Amino acid sequence: MKDNIKIPYFPGCTLKTTAKNFEISAIEAGKKIGIEMVELPKWNCCGVVSSLTSDDLMKHMAPIRNFVHAEEMGEQGLVNDKRMLILCSMCFNTMKSSNKRVKGNSEDMKSINDFMYLEKDYEGTVDVVHYFELMKEIGFDKIAEKITKPLKDLKIASYYGCMLLRPKDIAIDDTEAPTIIEDFVSSVGAEPIAWDAMSRCCGSYHTVNNTDIVVNLAKGIIENARKSGAEAIITSCPLCAFNLDNRQKLILEKDPNFKTMPVFYFTQLLAIALGLEEEFIGLDGNYIDPRPLLKEKNLI
Amino acid sequence: MPKKIKLTDNGAEFLKQIEKLSGETITMCDQCGTCSGGCPFVEEMDIMPSQIMRMTMLGQMEVLDSKTMWICASCFTCTVRCPRLLDVSKVSEALRQTKLRQAIDNINIDDISKEEAEELPSIAVVSAFRKFTS
Repeated sequence: MKDNIKIPYFPGCTLKTTAKNFEISAIEAGKKIGIEMVELPKWNCCGVVSSLTSDDLMKHMAPIRNFVHAEEMGEQGLVNDKRMLILCSMCFNTMKSSNKRVKGNSEDMKSINDFMYLEKDYEGTVDVVHYFELMKEIGFDKIAEKITKPLKDLKIASYYGCMLLRPKDIAIDDTEAPTIIEDFVSSVGAEPIAWDAMSRCCGSYHTVNNTDIVVNLAKGIIENARKSGAEAIITSCPLCAFNLDNRQKLILEKDPNFKTMPVFYFTQLLAIALGLEEEFIGLDGNYIDPRPLLKEKNLI
Repeated sequence: MPKKIKLTDNGAEFLKQIEKLSGETITMCDQCGTCSGGCPFVEEMDIMPSQIMRMTMLGQMEVLDSKTMWICASCFTCTVRCPRLLDVSKVSEALRQTKLRQAIDNINIDDISKEEAEELPSIAVVSAFRKFTS
């Protein structure tokens, strides 16, 4: 095992806009646990949702173009790990799906390479890895040793959502009974609670033009977390974060008796537990203010 | 005496097209209902995911008028649970695409206010437009 993993990092659009706190906490916490994230030059949008029809090769081109640049980083010696690190669950799913498709189909790979004739050919040498998987590789026990401010008594609902677990060939853990996020929660000294809604869809992009669906689903997920004893929810998806966190405003409009619950990016908890400064945790970016809860637990 | 179901020519062609577009052998579905039972969106739908499979199998093109395929958000819950290893989310996508490729969009950008557009994460907007426009 290398002492320090220096790895190409694909941010995706949202980590540069509404989820800046996700990115900054991941980068700064990463430095403390041996992950050096080197941002991919000239990256482009992955398309967010993986296209599911058989005749849509064109829609897989955007992800593949990013892999070309990751290969170049390896050749130039800018990194010591040739995989591609992704934080956003949706990017992770889409990039991994497209990668799998062209790696398993030389004709598709050739068509895409021919079409992108101004770029170098993609040789198919890149694998996609999620931050959770990288932490597991480093060892949650090793991460626990680096924690300076354990999140004692903080009860956390580990929200996997859809994109980290499904379909099966994309999943970072068992599709129906995953434990990787709970293992992470334990490693930062918090208490993972057991609950039913850990991988129930939050309503995804319906938040754009059918907010009722999202309000119903998000409310169900948050109430299930509360009923199961959680004080906060963690996620690795900026769309889930928006639906579970920001949409609590609409839930409250519909049901004034609804009790709000803070929603964190998992890297924010990691950053707090590693004793990082507030500027690297980015609590201003969370819609439901998590500070009262963190103060109550003497964590800020 | 058992009755034999015979698809109309149009219906058979429709089934063939959806099977090709989705890559799924829809006639393999034995209507166990696991997809409908686990679907987190089923309450919002007018017909259930298993009914989409049945109607498509029978070449009933009215399935395209149902709102179910638009409600399906490709969460893949059915995909990982189907005992026949069929991917209903791919069938939903094929049905959506069949409609979208007739240049019939299912979202209107003017319906999104400027305030909403500024507040929404970019992945929400990009994915909605990928799923709802041709």
